[in-house]
This record gives sequence, C-alpha cells and structure tokens, in this order.
Amino acid sequence: MNNSDKIKRSGPVLFSEYEKGSSVKKALEMEREEILFEIKDSGLKGRGGAGFPVSTKWMLTAAANAEQKFIVCNADEGEPGTFKDRVLLMEYPWLVFEGMIIAGYTVGAKNGIVYLRAEYSYLLEFLEDYIDDLRKENLLGKNICGRDFEFDINIILGAGAYVCGEETALIESLEGHRGEPRNRPPFPVNTGYLGFPTSVNNVETLSSVPHIIMKGSDWYNKFGTEKSSGSKLISVSGDCNYPGVYEVSWGTTLNEIIELTGAENTKAMQIGGASGVCLPASEFHRTLAYEDIATGGSIMIFNKDRSMLEVLKNFMEFFVEESCGQCTPCRIGNVKLLEGVEMIEKKDYTPEYIDKLKDLGKTMQIASKCGLGQTSPNPFISILENFKDEIFSKN
Amino acid sequence: MEKELRSPVAQRPMNVEDPVSKTGIGAQISVELNGVKLKVDMGKSILDVCRDNNVYIPTLCYHEDLCIAGNCRMCMVEVEGMRTLQAACAFPITSPIKIKTFSDKVRKARKHTADLLLSEHYGECYSCVRNNNCELQTIARECGVDSYEFGHVCEPRFEIDSSSHAVIRDMDKCILCRRCVRTCIDLQEVGVLEAINRGYDTKISTFMDKPLADVICINCGQCINRCPTGALHANDPSDEIWKAIEDPTKHVVMQTAPSPRAAIGEEFGLPAGTSMTGQLNTAIKRMGFDMVFDTNFTADLTIMEEGTELLNRLKKALVDKDENVKLPQFTSCSPGWVKFIEHFYPEKLDYLSTAKSPQQMFGAVIKTFYAKEAGIDPKDIVTVALMPCAAKKFECNRPEMNSSGYKDVDYGLTTREMAKMIREAGLKLPDLPKTNFDEPFGDASGAGLIFGATGGVMEAALRTVYELVTGRPVPFEGLNIDVCRGMKGIKEAKVKLENCKDEFSYLEGVELKFIVAHGTANANHVMKMLIKGELEGYHFVEIMACPGGCIGGGGQPIPTSELIRKLRAKAIYAEESTMPVRKSHENPRIKFIYNNFLTDGPGGKLSHELLHTEYVKRGKYIE
Repeated sequence: MNNSDKIKRSGPVLFSEYEKGSSVKKALEMEREEILFEIKDSGLKGRGGAGFPVSTKWMLTAAANAEQKFIVCNADEGEPGTFKDRVLLMEYPWLVFEGMIIAGYTVGAKNGIVYLRAEYSYLLEFLEDYIDDLRKENLLGKNICGRDFEFDINIILGAGAYVCGEETALIESLEGHRGEPRNRPPFPVNTGYLGFPTSVNNVETLSSVPHIIMKGSDWYNKFGTEKSSGSKLISVSGDCNYPGVYEVSWGTTLNEIIELTGAENTKAMQIGGASGVCLPASEFHRTLAYEDIATGGSIMIFNKDRSMLEVLKNFMEFFVEESCGQCTPCRIGNVKLLEGVEMIEKKDYTPEYIDKLKDLGKTMQIASKCGLGQTSPNPFISILENFKDEIFSKN
Repeated sequence: MEKELRSPVAQRPMNVEDPVSKTGIGAQISVELNGVKLKVDMGKSILDVCRDNNVYIPTLCYHEDLCIAGNCRMCMVEVEGMRTLQAACAFPITSPIKIKTFSDKVRKARKHTADLLLSEHYGECYSCVRNNNCELQTIARECGVDSYEFGHVCEPRFEIDSSSHAVIRDMDKCILCRRCVRTCIDLQEVGVLEAINRGYDTKISTFMDKPLADVICINCGQCINRCPTGALHANDPSDEIWKAIEDPTKHVVMQTAPSPRAAIGEEFGLPAGTSMTGQLNTAIKRMGFDMVFDTNFTADLTIMEEGTELLNRLKKALVDKDENVKLPQFTSCSPGWVKFIEHFYPEKLDYLSTAKSPQQMFGAVIKTFYAKEAGIDPKDIVTVALMPCAAKKFECNRPEMNSSGYKDVDYGLTTREMAKMIREAGLKLPDLPKTNFDEPFGDASGAGLIFGATGGVMEAALRTVYELVTGRPVPFEGLNIDVCRGMKGIKEAKVKLENCKDEFSYLEGVELKFIVAHGTANANHVMKMLIKGELEGYHFVEIMACPGGCIGGGGQPIPTSELIRKLRAKAIYAEESTMPVRKSHENPRIKFIYNNFLTDGPGGKLSHELLHTEYVKRGKYIE
C-alpha cells in the first residue's frame, strides 16, 4: 500500500461513528417512501461527478413498472487521479454494501451488482468474503432481519475500460457486451441491466446513505453549502507533500486544499481528473461545490516546474486511448485535438488552426454520445485558455 | 409464430407505457418543430417526426431495416432546455419539446462531424464503386464541405480483404457506422462482423481478424446493401465476362433470374418496381452475349424436382412408415440459407431438399442438354448467371458444382454489376426495345417468375403439387396463393388434399402444412422451432436468406428498404398474373426436357446426377 492509500483526513460525515448493520435494521423498519423523502431532504447527489440527485434516481427506479429491478454499485473508479472509492471498499465495505441493501429495499430490487474495475481485482476475494459474512449475519439473503425482504449482492469485474464508468457502458459491459454507452433516453432507471429498471450509484454515494438513515437529513445538511450538502472525498495527487484521500466539506476552497496537502509553488490544479478543468492560481479562491466546481474527487496539483503543454498532451493521449470508438466526435475528434497539441509542441501550427480545434472541442462537448466525449475537450479548452501565456510564448 | 424481439436491449424502444389506457389523456404530444406546432404520437423518434413533416435530417448510421445505433451523430438536433444536442434517430418523444433542426449549433456540429469522418476516409470518389450512390458523399455535399478542414488520410491503413467469392471488405472506406454489424448480428443473426479495439483503433472485424472466406459468413451480402460507403462491395467478375465475350472461341450464355429484372431499372433512374425483362434481354444480346435464357425455366425444373422429392418423402413417411424420413422438407434454392444451415444446424441438413438451386440446375443443363442440342463443345461454353444475389457467387464456385464435367456456372453476376456493364456498353436500358428469351428454353412459367419474392417457391410448388395429387388446380382465386405473399417474417398456412388421384390415395385428407420465412433471423427462429419439436405435422418450409426473398438480395440496387422490396415484389406479381403459363408442370419446355433428355423423370437417375447435390457439415468451428 503506498502512501496515498491512507486516509489523510477523516471528516465528520462519512467517517463519523457508525455501528455496522444498524442502518439496514433501521431502514427496514421504515416505509420506502420515508426513506426516499429522507434522502431527498438530505440533498444527496451522485458522487461520481455528474451530481444527479439520488432521490430522483431512486424514485424513478422505484416508480418503474417491471418484474425485476437492479441496484448497481459503480466501483469502476477510472478517472485519472482518483482512488477514494478503493479506500472506501477496503476500509469501509459495510457502508457500501449497506447502502446497496437500503437502495434495494427502497426501489424494490432483489439484486445488487458491484461492478469492480479490473485494476481492483485484488480486492475481489476480500469483498466476496465480506459479502459472505453479510449473508451469515442475515443482512443479505432472504428475510433480511426477519423482514419480508430479499436482497443479494454479487461482484462482477470490469475489463479495464475507462468508458465503463459511464453507467450505460457499464451496463453493456455487465451484460457481456463491448463496453459502449447506450442512447439516453431511455435511461437505466427505465431500461437498464437486461432491460430492467436499474439504479447505478457510485461507491461514495452509497456509502453516504447509511449515515443519512441513522443520523437524519437535518444532520447531513449541517455540512457543506446550501446547494451541496454533506462532504466529499477527494483524492489528491501530484506536487504536494501529503497526497492521499481527504474528506472535506463541500465549499472548501482550492487554497485550503493546497494548505491541507502541503503543496508549494502551485501553478495549476486539475479538478475532476482528466475530464475536469484545469485552473490557474488566480482561480484558487473558488470552491468545491456542485454550484461552483463540481468534481468526482480527483485533484491533481502541478507546481511551477511543470510544463502545462505536457500535462495537456498526457490527458489527450489518455482520451485517444480510452474513447470507446463508437461515436464520430469522440473517436476522431480527440485524435485531432492531440494532433493539435503535438503541432504546438513542434512549433508547427497556426493560431487559426488551434482556434478551429477549440471550436471542434466545443462541438464535441455537445455532440458526443456520452460524458466521455462531452468532457474530453475540457482540458484542451481550459489549459490552452488558462495557460496560454506559458504555452504560446514558449512556442 | 411471432419471434421474440431480437435487438440488443440498448437499442430496443423505450418502455413507454400506453398513455391512453393509463390516463385517458390520449397518445398525442405537442411538439414545436422549427417553430411549427405539431401533435405527434407518444414515443415516436424525432427523426420520424421530421420525416413525416418533410423536414430533412441527414443520417448515416440510421437504416430503417436496422435497430437504432445513434453513433454517427449526423442527425443531431437541438432540443430546447437540453445542454447537449440529441441524435434525432435515437430520441423518443415522450414530453412536449421544442426542436430546432438547423440552428447554428446544429449546422456547425454536423459540419464538424462530416469533416471528421472525411479526415479518416481514404480514397477518392471517382475511383469508388459507390461513386454517385454514396451516403457519405451526399452528406458532404449537404453539410457544405468544400475542403478537408481536419486533414485527409493519404495512405491506406488496411489491406483489402478479397478472400470471399461474394463480399469484398475495404476497411479504409469504412466510417464505422456499424450498419454491417447490425445487419449481420441482428437482421440476419449470423454475427460474422463486430467492432474490435477501442477509440481510434476501432475497426470492423471478423473472428480473430480472419479473412471473410474463412469465417462463417453466409455470403448473403445484406451488409453490402446497407453499407453507406464503398467499404463493402461484391466481388465483381465483369472483366472476365467481357474477356469471354471478346473471345471468338467462347460461346457465352447468360441466364437471368427474375429479381434483377424487377430492380435493375433503379440503377437507371427508374422508380422501384419497374419491370425491365424485355429491355434487359435486348441489352444482353447487344452487349455480345450469344444467348440469353430465363432462369425461370430451371425454377420450373426445381419445382418438378423438389415437388417430386416432397411427394416421395410424404410417401415414405405415410405409406412405408419410414422413420428416417425427415419432414418438413426445407427448400434449398437460396445459397445464403444453405450455407447458414450448414454452419448453424449441420445436424439438420437431412431436412434440406437435395435439389440444386435454379442457377446451378441451369448451368448443368446448359453444359449438357443445350451443348448437345446446339452442337457446341461444353468446354467452349461460358455460363453467366445474372442474379440478385451475392451468395450465388460462392455457390457457383462450390467444388461439387461440376456435374456437367465442367464448372456448371462460370460467373455469378449481380444486378448492380450488370447495370455497370450495361453502362460501360453505352446502352440506355430504359429506352431499349423488348425482346424475348432465346430458345430452346424460351419463356418459362409464371410459377418460376415468382421465385423472386418471399413465398414464391412455396406458391409455385403448391400449384404443381396440389394439381399433381388431385388433378385439380389449387383452390385459390386466380391461382394467387395470397397467404404465401407479403413481408411478414414468418408465414404459415395449410391446404387440405381431398379427392386425390388413385396413385396419391395415401395423401387423402392430409392437411398440407407449410411455412414461409425470409431473412436468416426468421430462418433461425424456424430452426429453433424444429429443434423444439414444434414443426411436427408440417410438411414443407420455404426459406430465403434475404429479407423479402431474392428481390431483397445482396446483389440488388442500393438503397433497400421494405417499401422498395414491396414495390419490386409487386412488379413480379403483376407480370406473373398476365403470363399464359402459370404452373411449372405445364411449361411445354419442361415437358420436352423430361421427354427427351431427363427421360427417367423427375427425381430419376440423370436428374440426380445433374440437378441434385449434397451439403457440407460445416459447423461453426473456425480453424
């Protein structure tokens, strides 16, 4: 286990005191609607990055008319620079699984599936043993806690594609197909795994649920900002003294993060991984919040010695590699953007062509089929804009 | 007998609960399309709504025969309130929305998408088989492409796969719309083609990237018909045919199948469903072919052979109580279907009629009977078959197809390739006078003609079998057996045999039950029924590999759609209804050949040598 695997700061929300199994017992005493309203009042939003309200997703899944429903835990943590879900799975698996059980009870699903990224396959045995324990403790299986409720969880390994973090590509992969996004609509809450209503939730999202059930939405709302309740796990890497996982309240500024992690001479921060935005020092007063800079949790810090063009090239190479190849804008567009970066690198470009590529990037943002292609031009646009002096003066 | 929904879950229609029954509000939704207020049906796609209202939306990956993909992103439109553009083909309307189809954003995004596709599309239009009939070319024009904004590949990236007798794959022209993949997996349930690799390295591939000839491709060519570009095309033998025509020592004989006649006009700008039989004969003769014969002659011969085989099987089953007799008997005239069953159900080959297809029967007859009649050494005869079909190219190259002592059919030529040859010859097909087919085969019966449409073989067979058995014509108005006709995937019907002739008394009271299926997905469904024992009591099954039957064949003019196929079928049925002879057994030349050449009758020894074949248990294992 390397240094960054350790939890550097346990905040007061996700890592607050919690008795294993207690939330499931409490939830099963509640009406399904009560749980939905509690989650709704808590304002919990998806922690994978997109920030979709959890209660809405669950409500739609619950309302869908079908023989079967599924809860899928998205543990395909693939955004470059994020490793917080791994920490939750390793050190707090009960929170994840209990969140799934409560979700299953709430929407009326009998099956939960954890889609575990291939790179975390070393966790498989540990997690399966843990699920076995839950079965023994009657928190999984039939008549859970003596109630008329049945739920079980199994784990399916991914095969290493970044795009499978996108929920519909994840479902395709679960079904044994090429991991490629589907058309939306229909959304998974209506037509998901095997065509059945499916709620796909991030590891961290599910881990928040047991706390909300036990401590209530009012308690949860005490943390964070008005529009972003609770806390966020962030994985900090790059040029800082204390990389690792931190639980911070929503509303934390980038400057505070620099201070927490002991970063020096920071030139830029990439928030939200490769698909996020790259901000210069002049923006470090801004906050992590759905209403300001939303993030799935990846924060990369770059100090003054870093070449931002090299950073950008690295990101674009990543997207060229990870585009699923299905839709035109993403499959070819990313290649064109990377070529543009290489042109700048070789000092063989015209400003007009680079502008044309930025324009192309804007098309990709609205024309690509899924979030991958819609966000992959972000670093191209934000780095070339925010660091234009450095990049173009040198070149 | 409906088959289950076969499209992948991702591409199935959204589960829209019927709003009429649930709430009584009605199934119509108000939509604003480019500022025009409309009422549209709940769940209808934006693309359909646009087409219904004469708003043109460019598409590439969309094909009305296939499930939705939504991956080319050409059909993007702006939906008010949504951050991203939406693929019109994949967006079901379930709430009132405002749609803009040509806003700034939309036009720019479409242009960018076209630019990107062109940057990867190797090759020049004028050296492409699809020049002037290419959807990418059309898109480029419609999006106002006037330069390669993001560059253009100048070197080929892939090797052309010309291993197959039927389908050539030139992946440098592929734009990854995956229509071929959806055609192969979903429409035909064969599954030879799939995308491999990721991102920029994505390409359409076969199992382990093997040559097409080495995988389980059935050569139906449906992928060619649906490819928007020249990435897939048929293996064209026209150069060799021209060479044979030029060679004075060769006697070049053309046989033409019924379906090309009903479709080739489309290649010359005529509407679908314009019959060109007489003009085509003229063109063929003017191009220098020595003879033009009607494949319908051997379609009639097929009916005699296959019908006799069916009666023999029925007799063995009903009279001899022979348990080894396989019923229902499946037709064998579609070479795509034959290869399908050889690969997918090799253990069921005994159900297949042993009769060759009309094309192969004719090849054998030309190089034996005709060679003798005309006094020409069969080694000097070159037989060309004008077919609507890509699989016929494979079929004529099967090693066992040489019962005349020579390769029975030298070349299979598609409708598209024929049109190309006619253009090369400078002939204006629609303006040519009409001429008849050459003797000694002359004009065939209408029963042979309707082989071109799904259900035609069944209808032709019933007309003959029923009359042979009962001595009366089939009890259908004007000999038109409507239950066999139409585009339903799987059709079934029955006809009772009563007051049979003495020699067929064992069939008295038997209800002849039959099934007609077209497209190998439907064939697959029928085979699953056979395996489950659900075809107990059925006697005869007609299968055509291509949707719509031969008129929708893989060698037919592009584009294709159900409407086009229906119009072609209509042309065939219209022509047939006016023909003087409409039953195979009443074709005077059929009587002649059985009296003078195949003298031991249908199913006799010589018939078996020349007109019947054996099949190969191929299976799905690929070395």
